Amino acid sequence: MKIPCPLCGQRDSREFSYLGHASLMDRPAPDAGDAAWDDYLHNRENPAGVTEDLWSHDYGCAAWVVVTRNTVTHGILSARLAKEGTS
Amino acid sequence: MAFSALRILKEGLTGNKGWQPHWRDPAPKEEYDVVIIGGGGHGLSTAYYLAKEHGITNVAVLEKGWIGGGNVGRNTTIVRANYMVPGNSEFYSHSLKLWEGLDADLNYNVMHSQRGQITIFNSDGARDAAMRRANAVINQGDDAELLSLGQLKKTLPYLDYDQTRFPIYGGMLYRRAGTARHDAVAWGLARGADRRGVDIIQNCEVTGIDTAGGVVQGVQTSRGAIRTKKVAIVVAGRSSQVAAMAGMRLPIESHVLQAFVTEGLKPCIDHVVSYGMLGHFYISQSDKGGLVFGGNLDGYASYAARGNLPMAEHVCEAAMTLMPMIGRAKMLRSWGGIMDMSSDGSPIIDKTHIDGLYFNGGWCYGGFKAIPASGNCYAHLIAQDRPHPAATGFRLDRFTTGRGLLDEEGTGSHHNLH
Repeated sequence: MKIPCPLCGQRDSREFSYLGHASLMDRPAPDAGDAAWDDYLHNRENPAGVTEDLWSHDYGCAAWVVVTRNTVTHGILSARLAKEGTS
Repeated sequence: MAFSALRILKEGLTGNKGWQPHWRDPAPKEEYDVVIIGGGGHGLSTAYYLAKEHGITNVAVLEKGWIGGGNVGRNTTIVRANYMVPGNSEFYSHSLKLWEGLDADLNYNVMHSQRGQITIFNSDGARDAAMRRANAVINQGDDAELLSLGQLKKTLPYLDYDQTRFPIYGGMLYRRAGTARHDAVAWGLARGADRRGVDIIQNCEVTGIDTAGGVVQGVQTSRGAIRTKKVAIVVAGRSSQVAAMAGMRLPIESHVLQAFVTEGLKPCIDHVVSYGMLGHFYISQSDKGGLVFGGNLDGYASYAARGNLPMAEHVCEAAMTLMPMIGRAKMLRSWGGIMDMSSDGSPIIDKTHIDGLYFNGGWCYGGFKAIPASGNCYAHLIAQDRPHPAATGFRLDRFTTGRGLLDEEGTGSHHNLH
């Protein structure tokens, strides 16, 4: 797999480390309650198809990147910087 | 019709014309006592034990593909019980005992071969960790033996003992661990369930779970609606999608785990051999002669049932480091299984918030060895509405409460760390 890093261009996926679904950026408020935090920490949409997930370009620019890709085909559709926020 | 040596002799002499399909191909009925979603190893095992131990035979197993075509055919067939954390420990011990009687119980040769597993350690610290695990296994009532370097050299002469990067210190031998034939396990359980009256319905995809007032009413399928009071989800690999039909969000992320097999070779690897330096690596030789081996997850969410080259390269590097002789073998095939990775790395067998809806999943990469006990414990839960003593730890609410987490690796209840 090659990931199109917005800063570095097409790079081997081995340069990146994977964290999980991009919903991890939508952190609940500290006082949001147990249910919201449990859902945030543990539960996942886990789609079979197009998903957005967080990759860190460890062996490149060290930026967090949101990659849009297909979990069924391994096709990578696009990537943007995580600091641009959730879609 | 039972298998026996006499039967094989008779069939052999009469042109093998008397063999019949191992299970029927029934059309779905309008109503069942229990509907099991998923005809994988665990679903078939659940149906088998529901019929055998609880006398519940008005059961349908709904499989969207065909029997043996999912994860039960996409693994490395290793059977072992060397888990450490209470909750996992007694469960896998229970499973190993069921494996040991499975051939006779099913009257079907599942080719369960207790050839022994040797886990190699490569440092003093790794030896201490292996000793701790071995003591936990002995405490659960099973066996483990420490092999010194000298004993290991006699047992596994083909390892590279001269290397300096990952020097071999010794190994832990689990004599009762081994392998089984994955297809035979699925077929034997399907036949066993079918003979007791269970309907195994292939090419039947569940498209909805009907509930009313928090109580299960039935399922919608590609072959029509089926009424039932009890629905058992057991679809590891697709758990999130099926549970979503009942409005559930699960602590599961699906990952790909690759496996590889070489061309058939003469017998050379007599045990299951594994080691944990350089990631993770395990290997055994199938009865056809192929070396079957694998390593870690690729490490990203996937339903592709195939992996990418970086992990293939890594696993082959680990193989070459441990046993350079493998470099002469040609790799024949590779495949990927879809792993239901739960956030603490351990499975779930529990009731749900909907009355009559049960959930079994989150098997991570431990599903094959769990097949008999998973079905046995799930059948107990479905029949009696209380957990089997060997599976009381597999609660769905442990992630929410934080109590009773089964974190075998000590990395925390966090996705992407197991």
